Amino acid sequence: MTQHNHSGDAGGEEVPFMQRLLDNPFQLLALGVAFPIVIYMVWGLIEAVTIPLAP
Amino acid sequence: MAGNSFRQCPTSGLYFHRSAESLMKAHAVMAVVFFLIGGIFGLLVMLTRMPSVHLLSAETFYMALSIHGTDILIFWIIFFEVAVLYFASSTLLRVRPAMPGLGWLGFLLMLVGSCTTTFSFFRGNSSVMFTSYVPMPAEPIFYLGLILFAVGALVGCFLFLATLVVAKREKTYQGSIPLVTFGALTACIIAVVTIVMGAIILIPTFLWSLGLIPNVDPLVYRTIWWGLGHSSQQINVSAQVSIWYAVAAIVFGAKPMSEKVSRTAFLLYILFLQLASAHHLLVDPGLSTSWKVFNTSYAMYLAVLASMVHGLTVPGSIEVAQRKKGFTNGLFEWLRKAPWDNPVFSGMFLAMIIFGFIGGITGVVMGTEQINLIIHNTIFVPGHFHATVAVGTTLTFMAITYFLIPVLFRRELILPQLAKWQPYIFAGGMVLLILFMLGAGTLGVPRRHWDVSFSDAVLKFKFAGTAITMLGMAGVGGILAAIGGGAYCLIAVGSLVFGKRLDENASLFSSFGFPMSAPAYKVSQPDQLAMSPIESHGSGSHAAPGTFALALVFLVTFVVYFFINAKYLSSLWHMS
Ligand code: HEM
Ligand SMILES: [Cu+2]
Repeated sequence: MTQHNHSGDAGGEEVPFMQRLLDNPFQLLALGVAFPIVIYMVWGLIEAVTIPLAP
Repeated sequence: MAGNSFRQCPTSGLYFHRSAESLMKAHAVMAVVFFLIGGIFGLLVMLTRMPSVHLLSAETFYMALSIHGTDILIFWIIFFEVAVLYFASSTLLRVRPAMPGLGWLGFLLMLVGSCTTTFSFFRGNSSVMFTSYVPMPAEPIFYLGLILFAVGALVGCFLFLATLVVAKREKTYQGSIPLVTFGALTACIIAVVTIVMGAIILIPTFLWSLGLIPNVDPLVYRTIWWGLGHSSQQINVSAQVSIWYAVAAIVFGAKPMSEKVSRTAFLLYILFLQLASAHHLLVDPGLSTSWKVFNTSYAMYLAVLASMVHGLTVPGSIEVAQRKKGFTNGLFEWLRKAPWDNPVFSGMFLAMIIFGFIGGITGVVMGTEQINLIIHNTIFVPGHFHATVAVGTTLTFMAITYFLIPVLFRRELILPQLAKWQPYIFAGGMVLLILFMLGAGTLGVPRRHWDVSFSDAVLKFKFAGTAITMLGMAGVGGILAAIGGGAYCLIAVGSLVFGKRLDENASLFSSFGFPMSAPAYKVSQPDQLAMSPIESHGSGSHAAPGTFALALVFLVTFVVYFFINAKYLSSLWHMS
């Protein structure tokens, strides 16, 4: 078998960054949770709660 | 290892683990039950919105609308998706499912939750529709049911991830996980986000309904709720796209045109699809234009790009496979000679076309902040999402059901002639329903409105005659779609009960979630799943001119429709 092992241990062959990312479900999960929570929710909430109250 | 727990399906070659297949069956069956309930109420809602019929009273209408929206959008789809998660992990990776006992606990939570919420609707004091905007109150059990359901679904997601870990550790596959499993992983990740957002907002709302919290701010509610409401639709998109790839492989033996491109497109979903939640808040005051524009434009277009990639590579891979089989004449022989009488294919292909051409285009157009103002809260919006969820997702799930009945349930389909026609009836009805809803919405007919003739209202308003006619026409489409939906339930449930057994161990119980008797399981551990040859790159020619032509038609339609709407907008606001 000439194909390399994606888990990245064998052969000393460099696995490209994108492939390592795509092969790691938990890294993807972390990114997939962080993006919307920060960019959508936290940012949106900051705007919603900083609206001044009517006197 | 004690005893054999896998069986190999002789028709498909797939391996099913005893515990995993029981979980798949139980979830899929419950999905169909909720599709039936939700569909019946959809028909009643439709018959009320047809001005000439106007079936239900105002109160019953909102109850029916709440049941339709919740049971069909959430319960039908999520139950089915959890079944897909077990399939994409255990079956496709040839691995035992992690902690099946916990899987049953998740199932039980989903079952109790969905029944509790549905029950709360029937009590009549929770007609808050699936969005349940505060400060409109529902009974506490309404929220409680949703929370239990969500926890159950979350268990399903974690078991999916755990099963990936087991597969990796026990080396049941070589290389990367298959593309379909990767798509399911995308769905699972988005589901986790959805449920987190849901917990953040529904738990306080539940406490508020119990009187333990004085109030929940409406804008905060809407912002976080749409993080749930929109994201949950993106679980559907990821799941349905995975199934498209699966159907292309099952029916045509097609291989993805480029694993790299398809996976990157799924990555774009993971990163950006959920940000587009902001398109539901485009007219809400209080949120800044920067927030709206960043989340809907920059982010959403990247996700739309991903959908267009899938929309190109799925038919493209089918075209390549068909051309290899010799259907090379002209641009479209590959498509003409496709198995249009096989509902697994026709359902999936119709779902894809209608999802892209109608759902996709209307979605991007109304996701534009300015154009959104023309159609916000009109019946255009349900028009759009019936193209995405009611056709895109639902018809895809119907299509794969026709594959799963023989393969997973080991039953022959009953009424094969009806099954052949079912996708066309459902899609045809839906397209009428959708186009006329879009039309009526463009003329200003509101969504979620019991009586657009305002017969007993103090302030009268008269819609254009065409708008009223269009509502009636939408009703005709809706009735046809309901017939198609009913046919699906009949074939699915009928096959599980009366369908010819393809395995002598398939019993009535095994149709509904019990394992088959022991002799059915002959394999202790399947051979390791070989690395797909395509993973080693460079897979020859990818000429798919027909698909390319279709893509051009799509783009032209897109541009023209966008232009028409922008023009319409400019004529609404006269500027001197
Ligand atoms: C059996 C065929 C169906 C018919 C005749 C039908 C008809 C309708 C109608 C008339 C509305 C109400 C529009 C309004 O007054 O605002 C509606 C709403 C809705 N439908 Fe359907 N529908 C069908 C199937 C589906 C399916 C399969 C799904 C999703 C999987 C779905 C999801 C929804 C949702 C989420 C709403 C919005 C409810 C709300 O505004 O609270 N429908 N449908
Ligand atoms: Cu959305």
